[in-house]
Amino acid sequence: MSASLTLVILMAVMYAAGVYVMLERSLTRVLIGFLLVGNATNLLIFIMSGRPGSSPIVTGTSVEDMVDPVPQVLMLTAIVINFGISALLLALIYRSWWLAQLGDEGDTLTDEHTAESAEEADDAFRSSSDDDHAIAESIDEFERGDGTTSDEDAATGADNRAGSADAGGRADASARDERDQR
Amino acid sequence: MTALVPLIVCLPLLGAAITLMLGQRRRLQVLVSVLSLTAATVMSAVLLGFVDTVGPAVVQVGGWDAPWGIVLVVDRLSAIMLLISALMLLGVLLFAVGQGIVDGDSEAPVSIFHPTYLVLAAGLFNAFVAGDLFTMYVGFEMLLSASYVLLTLGGTGARIRVGITYIVVSLISSLLFLSAIALVYGATGTVTLALIAERMPDLPADIQLILGLLLLIAFGVKAAVFPMSFWLPDSYPTAPAPVTAVFAGLLTKVGVYAILRTQTLFFPDDQFSMPLMIVAALTMLVGILGALAQADIKRLLSFTLVSHIGYMLFGIAIGTPLAIAATIFYVVHHITVQTTLFLAAGLIDRVGGTTSLSRLGGLLKSAPLVAILFFLGALNLGGIPPFSGFLGKIALFQAGTIVGDPIMYVLIGVGALTSLLTLYALARAWNLAFWRPKKQVKDYTSSISASLVEDPQDEGTVLTKTVSPLMVGATASMLILTLGLTVFAGPIFDLTTRAAGNISSPSTYIDAVFPNGTGSIKDSNVGTNFEGGSK
Repeated sequence: MSASLTLVILMAVMYAAGVYVMLERSLTRVLIGFLLVGNATNLLIFIMSGRPGSSPIVTGTSVEDMVDPVPQVLMLTAIVINFGISALLLALIYRSWWLAQLGDEGDTLTDEHTAESAEEADDAFRSSSDDDHAIAESIDEFERGDGTTSDEDAATGADNRAGSADAGGRADASARDERDQR
Repeated sequence: MTALVPLIVCLPLLGAAITLMLGQRRRLQVLVSVLSLTAATVMSAVLLGFVDTVGPAVVQVGGWDAPWGIVLVVDRLSAIMLLISALMLLGVLLFAVGQGIVDGDSEAPVSIFHPTYLVLAAGLFNAFVAGDLFTMYVGFEMLLSASYVLLTLGGTGARIRVGITYIVVSLISSLLFLSAIALVYGATGTVTLALIAERMPDLPADIQLILGLLLLIAFGVKAAVFPMSFWLPDSYPTAPAPVTAVFAGLLTKVGVYAILRTQTLFFPDDQFSMPLMIVAALTMLVGILGALAQADIKRLLSFTLVSHIGYMLFGIAIGTPLAIAATIFYVVHHITVQTTLFLAAGLIDRVGGTTSLSRLGGLLKSAPLVAILFFLGALNLGGIPPFSGFLGKIALFQAGTIVGDPIMYVLIGVGALTSLLTLYALARAWNLAFWRPKKQVKDYTSSISASLVEDPQDEGTVLTKTVSPLMVGATASMLILTLGLTVFAGPIFDLTTRAAGNISSPSTYIDAVFPNGTGSIKDSNVGTNFEGGSK
């Protein structure tokens, strides 16, 4: 079996980097890690087609010159699936971020507040310093911080904005809200 | 008749599309999803009858012959899995509908629930009928994507938190599976199960080992086999009760099915017997020891779920036709009983207001029907004669003693101990939740509840809700099904014995997919890798 050494090295680097990034706490990095590992796997499938050749299926190519089409088909399917899953993950990360910032109360804000918080959400995505700022502001504004979580969130917000759903105080708050909703 | 094979996958998908469009009209939605799952149940029953009398049903999708096209194969094992999962899906759907009617659909966004649930069903069916590894992967992805949505239904903080753990773990196992497929393709030049089965024995032993281990790990994560089982007890109990029930009953069993299928087809010489034995013993022990410490019924049940996967692995590890037959019987038993128990736990949650044993009490008086449902299910899971749990375990142990290695006796000992501890954990739950008078719950001190650990997500509330007759009816019919497995254990075990006869030698499967033999499939210039050089 012949395979391009470049592709093999590229695949190995992507696997390694992907696994390394996946081990981070922040969910956005987990997503990046997933994308890297997913694409490394796609490359692995591609490498399995063996020696290079001319396009398959196109008329006029002799069978001997064709490259194996099956891995390409498998890859295409895998790419589509990865795309869908990434979209879902992004939505979940956004939701997790939203809950970390506003708790479940974010869902029940009045229209006026929703507009404000949506603006702040936009701000927060612009840059990490803006992000910190927006977090601090949104916390102050809704007086969500009962002294236990606001500092922590503000300090780690940039790095950990999605992962901070783990912060204990927030979890309690959202649990309480969930109960209220019932 | 073979047209039913693709139809059983397409019908729930069509149902999903229709229910998605009917988002605002809940009654029609319910009607469509109940109808499509009923049809799927009927179709799988017909398929089982057909396959059992005539032989495996093979469909070459789009007229492209295997190994070039996608091939769908339903043999007895697939048909049994199809029928039992269709029945479970239908029962749980009725429970969910009952719960939705009582709650006025306020908690769960039901417009999403039905389509997602049907996609989950389609993914399950697809994984069971898949005749090649990649179609199986696609089936897995369908059911997993649906399960991601179902687990995080409502998007509350707790569900998002555990949902993300579950999703990341599942994604890693999916990527491992995909890598395994790539390597299998590289080594054998095909993804069709039957052709891999034929070519696998010709590969060098070390390459077989790598491929086998990769597949085992990928499926092991999904089946919650011991070192890869940590995610399950954290993620399942947080979902809504019907979702937990269907996950517990079916999702882990897809992993078991995939292990069973690949082990019997690709590695019939039991290369992996010893590691599987060790992992099976550890899964049983670690799982049940975890269950002993839980105060929350749903978490307790999740740990017993992990633990009992060990029995199925034990059966696969023995590998004799009798053991495979016992494993299939055990899978069927475990799917029904675990689903029943989780539904019963859902009922307890509603009538008792919590699932924590430290706050439940007096349910025998206040909800006698739920008490009976839970009690019979618990006895069944614990392996009390004459229930099907006892019969399944006896069959497994018997298969073990026939082989007679010392390790078999160790495993049988561990299995018996696990069964005893399961009974202990469930009997304690029964004592505390049902038998203990309500007024004793406060300031209750007893050595049996001293070591219990609360669910970390527990909010310490007691919030009772009404129970609709439909929910109780669905749970009761599940229970009747498990009792049916006991009463008709003879004919069912005969059926699983025939199914095991199907798969205990790969040649039956290969002949079904390639009736004209595989001689005409010469290694094309493409995809023939390793070029035999290393053989």
